[in-house]
Amino acid sequence: MTTDERIGVYVCHCGSNIAATVDVEDVRDWAATELAERGVVVARDYKFMCSSLGQELIEKDIAELGLNRVVVAACSPHLHEKTFRGACARAGLNPYLGELASIREQVSWVHTDKPAATAKAKAVVSGAVERVRHHEPLEELHVPIDPHTLVVGGGIAGIQAALELADAGFHVYLVEREPSIGGHMAQFDKTFPTLDCAACILTPKMVEAGSHPNITLLTWSEVTGVSGFVGNFTVTVRQKARYVDTELCTGCGICQEKCPVKPLDEVFEAGLGYRRAIYTPFPQAVPKYPVIDRDNCTYFANGKCKACEKLCPTGAIDFNQEDEILTVSVGNIILATGYELFDARKVEQYGYGRLANVFTSLEFERLSNAAGPTNGRVVLRDGVTEPKTVGIIHCVGSRDRNFNNYCSAICCMQSLKFAHLVKEHTDATVYEFYIDIRTPGKAYDEFYQRVLEEGTVFVRGRVAEVTDALRLPEEAAEDGRLIVQVEDTLAGRQRRIPVDMVVLSCGLQPASDAKEVARLFGISCSSDGWIIERHPKLDPVATMTEGVFAAGCATGPKDIPGSVAQGSAASARVLGRIQNGEMALEPIRASIDETRCSGCRICNDLCPFNAIVFHEDRMVTEVNAALCQGCGTCVAACPAGAISGTGFSDAQVMAQIEGLLLANVDRQRGGKAVPA
Amino acid sequence: MNDTPFEPVIVGFTCNWCSYRAADLAGTARVKYPPNIRLIRLMCSGRLDPTFVLKAFAEGADAVLVSGCWPGECHYLEQNIKALRRFELLKRVVAGLGIEPGRLQLVWASAAEGQRLAREITRVVEEVRALGPLDWGGRHAATTALAAAPPDSAAAPDANTEPEPEPAEVTA
Repeated sequence: MTTDERIGVYVCHCGSNIAATVDVEDVRDWAATELAERGVVVARDYKFMCSSLGQELIEKDIAELGLNRVVVAACSPHLHEKTFRGACARAGLNPYLGELASIREQVSWVHTDKPAATAKAKAVVSGAVERVRHHEPLEELHVPIDPHTLVVGGGIAGIQAALELADAGFHVYLVEREPSIGGHMAQFDKTFPTLDCAACILTPKMVEAGSHPNITLLTWSEVTGVSGFVGNFTVTVRQKARYVDTELCTGCGICQEKCPVKPLDEVFEAGLGYRRAIYTPFPQAVPKYPVIDRDNCTYFANGKCKACEKLCPTGAIDFNQEDEILTVSVGNIILATGYELFDARKVEQYGYGRLANVFTSLEFERLSNAAGPTNGRVVLRDGVTEPKTVGIIHCVGSRDRNFNNYCSAICCMQSLKFAHLVKEHTDATVYEFYIDIRTPGKAYDEFYQRVLEEGTVFVRGRVAEVTDALRLPEEAAEDGRLIVQVEDTLAGRQRRIPVDMVVLSCGLQPASDAKEVARLFGISCSSDGWIIERHPKLDPVATMTEGVFAAGCATGPKDIPGSVAQGSAASARVLGRIQNGEMALEPIRASIDETRCSGCRICNDLCPFNAIVFHEDRMVTEVNAALCQGCGTCVAACPAGAISGTGFSDAQVMAQIEGLLLANVDRQRGGKAVPA
Repeated sequence: MNDTPFEPVIVGFTCNWCSYRAADLAGTARVKYPPNIRLIRLMCSGRLDPTFVLKAFAEGADAVLVSGCWPGECHYLEQNIKALRRFELLKRVVAGLGIEPGRLQLVWASAAEGQRLAREITRVVEEVRALGPLDWGGRHAATTALAAAPPDSAAAPDANTEPEPEPAEVTA
């Protein structure tokens, strides 16, 4: 059999990553002999194909041997496809005439039996060789990038991302669900390890974001729809009715003073304080305009009151306001949707919600905050008594197979900060109940040393129970206090330690609607619910979806420096796109051969991107390449075979199947192939 | 018959955004599974043309594994649902062709589920190993009868080489 294809096969050792499990030389020799009639003119192996020397091998062979197809058997195409396409391109070969066969992630790393792994590697190479014979030269698609960006989430990561972009001169829509930006950081009192006042360092950024000419702040708003693709997204945002005309409101606060309803503030004050039915979550809120909480407002309940309307000096209250749907066009999206605190009620043995003086970490933040419900006095639930002993329990809901397996990363430092704050505000003795102390940040361990020196007592052991039941005779004097039952693993004994207050250092978990958010933006979440990064180490702020980035706790628990760094990093990625003005996309698209289209319209309803249009006049269907995302669903559906998909054509896949099953080799021999 | 224990060959169709990445993740995490499966990457489970599956059976696969994103998590919004519809129909067609249902399986796997995909592959391999080689509609007997057929006929491997074991498990 003769063939016009001149294929080079390059088998990578990847050091010993592949070579330890796959007999690389054997695969090379097998490809050179058994696949010679399938067009393989040269097969080589090399220690590291991705090195410049490895790539030069390919380039040299293309030039000297006139190769017109290249197969590299190495790692996953998600790692080095671009590298080898680059090598082809440099040697003047269309980069899409190369194919990367994964014999590392899918062979050497997952199998242990060397002969079986080698045989599978041969099959995989054979599949790639058959496939590459059907590759066509392709050109990248270029899409223009709209310079506007959507940032979802107005916590510190989102604010940072928005400011970076805005300062660079590009417009940002910053969408926040709550009435004010600021996120969780706005609730904190001090920040570890420097003990900077959270508000002092956050509010200037909030004000800057709120007044920046390049930032459109959309608070009390949620994204309801996303369509389009990188460079050209159309996003719909529902801006909930504030019932306050922001054109007229001066933020004087009279309405909040005069509102007669005082509902519990479950969000900002973590249930420890009250707000009004018309409110801003906190005095430094950005924007300064209040919102009316319909569920608690007397007017919305029974049509009476309107105290705020009567007393507003500028007549800004408007009970007839309705939700508004805004549509914005953006080129890129940054998700900074943050986290939720683990619900401590789930750990029943710690008594949160049942024992009054068990607090969550967020409650303690509000207690110790000078602007909080107790004006910064650390007191028991009765609001007056200072605790004499405080126990802080680490890893609540984290590192626990009953809840979340992961470490929430911030709780050790947060707990150490609490110990310091308790000592600053009271004369109490503080116990820290920990599994391990994890302080891997700049100046973090120094802070731990400082807290140790301040006399905090560290008990190594997971707390079994917090109870108000006194069981031992010597506990008789402890009536009304809490007993922390713990195995002190350093002392090697059970202890029952009486305390007045328990603070549960709760872990972080994805927002309860993280899955819906992921679905809305077309990205994926891990089984824990955190957004999956494009690469966990090398591409931590990109997602698998082009044009959608993530920053801060949306991808997993992070401290403030980490969230800020990611906010900046995500915007740097977006800025690069904007600067280029356009970006290259994989030319994987469907197209219809009109001469074969019967106009049956089976494909018409299959495209969720509206890329398929039917021409009534000619009775044929057409694919709009600009809208097509290349999934190939219509290609698979066409009964006439009129739709073809570049990069994943029927011929390519069919050939790969033959190759993988060695039917290619069989046929030449007139029988079953047995690689040896 | 020879004494080599039967090792099935399974073709797996994966989605570029979830199950192929799950396979990558299984590799990165060095999770082990049997080498009987050979994966093909598609952009989406929605790309799976049912004839790909029939082709794999025709070319000697003992089973086919189809995998994609979990319903609701499709990179292309909802194309895995369309794949699911086709899969249900295809299962009937395949059953009608006399192929046991266990030889065509669907597994959802997100990009984070390397462990799960490896576990599912292992399960499928074990199930197919228990089923034995695919004797599609008495194919083995038929090929003997068709021994005189031209050697380039796809469905008629040389009777003399039957029942040689599948290539993957033959050691060098």
